[in-house]
Amino acid sequence: MSLKRKDLLSLAPLSVDEIRLILETADSFKEVTGREIKKVPALRGRTVVNLFFEPSTRTRTSFELAAKRLSADVINFSPSSSSVVKGETLLDTARNIEAMQADIIVLRHPSAGAAEALAVGVKSSVINAGDGWHEHPTQGLLDLYTIRDRGLSFEGLRVAIVGDVAHSRVARSNIHALVKLGAEVRVVGPPTMMPRGVEKLGARVYYNFDEALRGVQVIMMLRLQLERQGIALFPTIREYARLYGLTAERVKLADPGAIVMHPGPINRGVEIAPEVADSLSSVILDQVANGVAVRMGILYLMSGAN
Amino acid sequence: MVSSDRPLERLVMDAGDIARAVTRIAHEILERNKGIQDLALVGIRTGGVHLAHRLVKRIQEIESASVPIGELDITLYRDDLSLRKDQPILRKTSVPFDVSDKIIVLVDDVLFTGRTIRAAMDGLIDLGRPEEIQLAVLVDRGHRQLPIKATYIGKNIPTSREENIHVLLEEEGEDDWVVILKRESA
Repeated sequence: MSLKRKDLLSLAPLSVDEIRLILETADSFKEVTGREIKKVPALRGRTVVNLFFEPSTRTRTSFELAAKRLSADVINFSPSSSSVVKGETLLDTARNIEAMQADIIVLRHPSAGAAEALAVGVKSSVINAGDGWHEHPTQGLLDLYTIRDRGLSFEGLRVAIVGDVAHSRVARSNIHALVKLGAEVRVVGPPTMMPRGVEKLGARVYYNFDEALRGVQVIMMLRLQLERQGIALFPTIREYARLYGLTAERVKLADPGAIVMHPGPINRGVEIAPEVADSLSSVILDQVANGVAVRMGILYLMSGAN
Repeated sequence: MVSSDRPLERLVMDAGDIARAVTRIAHEILERNKGIQDLALVGIRTGGVHLAHRLVKRIQEIESASVPIGELDITLYRDDLSLRKDQPILRKTSVPFDVSDKIIVLVDDVLFTGRTIRAAMDGLIDLGRPEEIQLAVLVDRGHRQLPIKATYIGKNIPTSREENIHVLLEEEGEDDWVVILKRESA
């Protein structure tokens, strides 16, 4: 079986077999990232362009490292240093990049659907690195990889996704994939942060955090996007932290041995208490480390000749 | 299975031939390297891995001491990756010892163009700097496209380019056979 897709735009259309192929391919690259010489020649001569219209350090660096460890050439494009500020459209920018023979474009954009629009317009493969509130498929895949790496199987797995679900592309990608793989997904947060119709994706809605935590094996915290919504969706940050912040006491409500995840960057003392973020049950830094291996796997699978 | 129902197959080694070849190669490895000092075997996935395990077992029986063994997936080092539409499935490389300063015997089932061995040597050298790399194969079928030569050969089997050699092994749920397969359309 192989990944017969030009682009990776979202996890919604991926089959279980495709998801498993990506996770198994990432296993091979995890071995590579553990070597003294963390580089293989698989993508020699290929060009990967990171096109980021939103600030991002971790995702961009992760993709850059992944591409470099595959021996691809990497170019970073960001709007502040490009012609976008001069009024060029997304598609025109991308076509210019394509004219320089980019094989894979990694796009981060504030508008939902931007990656899809780009994929239709260019011959290069497009990987969505986050588009608005829509999806962040590679984050979803590295989360799945981290869960699996901890020896947990997806069938019947109980997962709580906690926080601003409505404005989280990470949550959306994870819900799609986890439900598909047979997990029981609970979404938790205040009503103002709960997207309408989320039950239709197969998730169960909880407004009471403590109740949602009972018996879960995975606690996936979302970042409170202070720079975006400010506190408009909630009276005060203190109140949010009290109702939906993950404390050591609350972790005890979950399954013994439950893991705590967070896509980062974390707001210590807001959605997650510092002692939880630094605890043994936290896999937050594993997520970052696995991100490189998972993205190497995705780049490899998408680099077949066009 | 090699008889009339599959007329395009021709048996060239049976289970006894394979076992004797493995035993002889094990002795040759020990003779050439004067024992097992610094010796390690690395099988190339997938057929080479099974043969490497058999060789290590024989060596252990002869010398009463164990030799480190590793498994190498050469996919990422292939020279045709950028030409393929679908990327081949990756399998895991697992070499749980430091290859530096070791005498590494690469093991594969069939030596053909030599391209796999070139890729395997590159892959191995990415893991460290072996003192020496040697090559053991069960079958050498000729038609080299690179200047590569095996150190230990189970059997030389002259073939035409249109033929295929299949090494079937018990570990893969088959009987131990080496057969030549004629391509029907060729």
